Amino acid sequence: MSGGALLEVDALRTHFLTGRGAVRAVDGVSLAVERGRTLGVVGESGSGKTVLARSIMGLLPTTNVRREGRVTFDGRELTGMSPAELREIWGAELSMVFQDPMTSLNPVVRIGRQITETMRFHLGIRESEARARAVELLRSVGIPDPERRLREHPHQLSGGMRQRVTIAIALACGPRMLLADEPTTALDVTVQAQILNLLGRQQRELHMAMVLVTHDLGVVAGRTDDIAVMYAGRIVELAPTAVLFSDMRMRYTQALFRSIPRVTDPGHRRLVAIGGRPPDLAARAPGCSFAPRCRYARDRCWAETPPLADAGPGHQFACWYPVEAGEAEADAASAPLSATADGRRI
Amino acid sequence: MAAAAPAAVTLAGVDGDGEAAYVGRRLGSTFWISAGWVALVVLAAVLAGVLPLQDPTAIGNNAPRLGPSAGHLLGTDELGRDLLSRVLYGARTSLTVGFAAIAFGLAVGGAIGLVAGYYRGRLDALFNGLATVLLAFPALIFLLTVVTFLGQNLVDVVLTLGVLSVAPIARIVRANTMVYANREFVLAARALGARGHRILLREILPNVLPGALAFSLVAIAVVIVAEGALSFLGLSVRPPTPTWGGMIAEGGQVLAQDGLVALWPSLAMFLTVLALNFAGDRLQQYFEVREGGL
Amino acid sequence: MAGSGTAHLRNGDALLRAEHLVVEFPAGRRGRVHAVSDVSLDVFPGETLGLVGESGCGKSTTGRAIMQLPAPTAGSVWFEGRDLTGLSGDALRRTRTRLQMIFQDPISSLNPRRRVRDILTEPLAIWGLGTPAERRRRVAEVMEAVGLDADTAGDRRPHEFSGGQCQRISIARALMLEPRLVICDEPVSALDVSVQAQILNLLKDMKARYGLTLVFIAHDLAVVRNVSDRVAVMYLGKLCEVAPADDLYRAPAHPYTMTLLASVPVPDPGVRPDLSADDVDVELPSPLAPPSGCRFHTRCPRAEAICAEREPEMREVAGGHFAACHFPLEPHTHPA
Repeated sequence: MSGGALLEVDALRTHFLTGRGAVRAVDGVSLAVERGRTLGVVGESGSGKTVLARSIMGLLPTTNVRREGRVTFDGRELTGMSPAELREIWGAELSMVFQDPMTSLNPVVRIGRQITETMRFHLGIRESEARARAVELLRSVGIPDPERRLREHPHQLSGGMRQRVTIAIALACGPRMLLADEPTTALDVTVQAQILNLLGRQQRELHMAMVLVTHDLGVVAGRTDDIAVMYAGRIVELAPTAVLFSDMRMRYTQALFRSIPRVTDPGHRRLVAIGGRPPDLAARAPGCSFAPRCRYARDRCWAETPPLADAGPGHQFACWYPVEAGEAEADAASAPLSATADGRRI
Repeated sequence: MAAAAPAAVTLAGVDGDGEAAYVGRRLGSTFWISAGWVALVVLAAVLAGVLPLQDPTAIGNNAPRLGPSAGHLLGTDELGRDLLSRVLYGARTSLTVGFAAIAFGLAVGGAIGLVAGYYRGRLDALFNGLATVLLAFPALIFLLTVVTFLGQNLVDVVLTLGVLSVAPIARIVRANTMVYANREFVLAARALGARGHRILLREILPNVLPGALAFSLVAIAVVIVAEGALSFLGLSVRPPTPTWGGMIAEGGQVLAQDGLVALWPSLAMFLTVLALNFAGDRLQQYFEVREGGL
Repeated sequence: MAGSGTAHLRNGDALLRAEHLVVEFPAGRRGRVHAVSDVSLDVFPGETLGLVGESGCGKSTTGRAIMQLPAPTAGSVWFEGRDLTGLSGDALRRTRTRLQMIFQDPISSLNPRRRVRDILTEPLAIWGLGTPAERRRRVAEVMEAVGLDADTAGDRRPHEFSGGQCQRISIARALMLEPRLVICDEPVSALDVSVQAQILNLLKDMKARYGLTLVFIAHDLAVVRNVSDRVAVMYLGKLCEVAPADDLYRAPAHPYTMTLLASVPVPDPGVRPDLSADDVDVELPSPLAPPSGCRFHTRCPRAEAICAEREPEMREVAGGHFAACHFPLEPHTHPA
């Protein structure tokens, strides 16, 4: 195998064709993930992050969708494969964990069957052997009393336990890459920490690459090597995790970063909100799609779409008037004053 | 769509504001053709008196069993009555029974469903028990018994079929009411101090009504078929008043000689029932989609 | 966690004082869900009380019990000097104007078939307040206050708005009757982070402008800290800890509060989570059969024998800082 990245996404576009025109959910995304590395994909609702994950997998509705561009996994082009060929790869080499464990598990099938099915399909082993492995798997994802759990149905488990089961299923065949789409959004904060730690441990043990899709900057901060920030179907900033937090350039990244309240901040701090609402993906105007909500936007931002520009090793951003070094501190101090105009744009 | 809400690959999941769910929110041509047919039949039935039609009950005006011609577009029957005129006047009976019975069912069943679904409790349990018994009771036997004892006039037929439609309509309205009663806007209205009847009329009814009306179209179709069956058995409105079921029964006796006599009323009933079903189904989906987008 | 007792209730003129609230629901044939078990709270005028906890801890149920929607199974809710649990239909209805609520789901909390103007006029219509002209003026004024354009937004229906705007409409509706206390039940948890900040700022503005007192219910600890003066932490239907917000976050006394705070993901790449922690899922106890003694003892790292036997009472661990724990963390001796 060549020394190239495990996953390469090149100019991927996914448009949903609707009565209102094309909804450009993913609109020209390129990225690469090396073996064993973790990429965080951060964005709000409507940023296209979930559709991106599904487009990489090839899990899209069959009608009224237009997908362009190329997804290469381990040297093979997924975008050209038939559903039968994809099924050989799904679960075996490339797995996915979804946001809602209740809907991704079949409610009428016992846990055991749901785990052994994947293994028997991909590994061609006998039921008894698959069961023995399933017990081991459940134990490794931290489920106590796995023999009993195998005989239970999904509704008999708590939300966190269910997500552990979906992770066990995703990991059953030792995949080389896991796409985790908001795996903890539906869970409580203490359970979220457990599930994220579990993913991290399993990743280290299996030397697996991971794409972690989330809306929460906190979730990706300590757990990823690189972060891609998405807005309106595009990557607007891509950087090694530490660089992104210390040296963010794109105005949206900055605004997002400032708008989140932190548990360590003293109370009653006025938040620096981003005015307006997330963009309508069916009506793309020329220019930067964040311009309508950006307090630094000037004429050029409305007219020309900024390209992804290099800012350093592995660091790219798309902004005409980016954050400059040293500006962050100065701005943070004056933020409470400039924040009064927030949110009044309807 | 919120960050915390499950994001499936639906269009709503793609769009930040659920607006995409409104895409393609059209009723479609099937609905409009169906609605057009029903409107046409209703119009013809209403205007039957002023249209240049022969008396549908007058015997011997024409030769019996004429084929379709310029004078008699659908021909005449065994007794020389104009079939077009009889089909249109028959529509009067069928539609009157259909609409009136369901209007009754909607008024009574809708009110019961709203109250039971909103207040729940003992009242609801009582209603539920009654509805279950009523639904389990063989409708045809009930019909036969009532019509036999009460007599065979329009009002009795309407009331009987109307009573039979109360339980199913009440069930549907009750189920929808329960869905809305748990929505937070109802809680908000209670928190504002609104009384029960105000909440029922202002908050819940406007949401439940469209679905109930859509269901009613399908229910009307069922009643029209039921009325047809009754008249076929000679238990609906007495002859000579033309009814579709009655005409089919008469036509059935001369089927070998002249199939058209039975064909026209059958066709009219079939198309009307089909159109009502199509229109009702489509409307129900339409309102569901609307809801889904919210 | 079990916190019973009322040691944390303060003397003085509380606007709201809930004592020994119990809410139970029948479940299944013989079961009972112990949603809220002996919770006491007080809120002073102008204060914001944050009520925080994970799903199923009873925080929303507590909020609704205060609203009498539905009334609690037991306990009393003193509001403006009267016990709401003892009030009959009409007397209770009259207090509704003073006590309002904002809900989590911005879309579900607005009637999809009504126009924004009608939704906002409804509170006035229910109480027969004002002439049509006065009502229009009041609606326009409140819409302007929450950042909605009365001319363009009034004739539209809820589905034409984004989640954040719908939440503005909900806030406007709650303000129409000039309430004194507003219970906010997860008002921002359904919103995107960028929009969440707008709504939090708006709530603060409205609080200042209309002199509101707030009970702010949420699961997001950072959000609660941002808006609250005082914070109460709930677990499985019980209060664990009550303290001024900054004290509670700086020096949590209850092990559960500590666990919660340690679980919050921090947007700082320097903080690498310890992957070896919590290797095995601990089965969460069910509110159908809550654990004996302190309800947190099954998950508590500091639990000892007594915790399973005796329920800890709420007691003061530092000035104004209360916790219901047999072995509270020493304030200021552990890393915050």
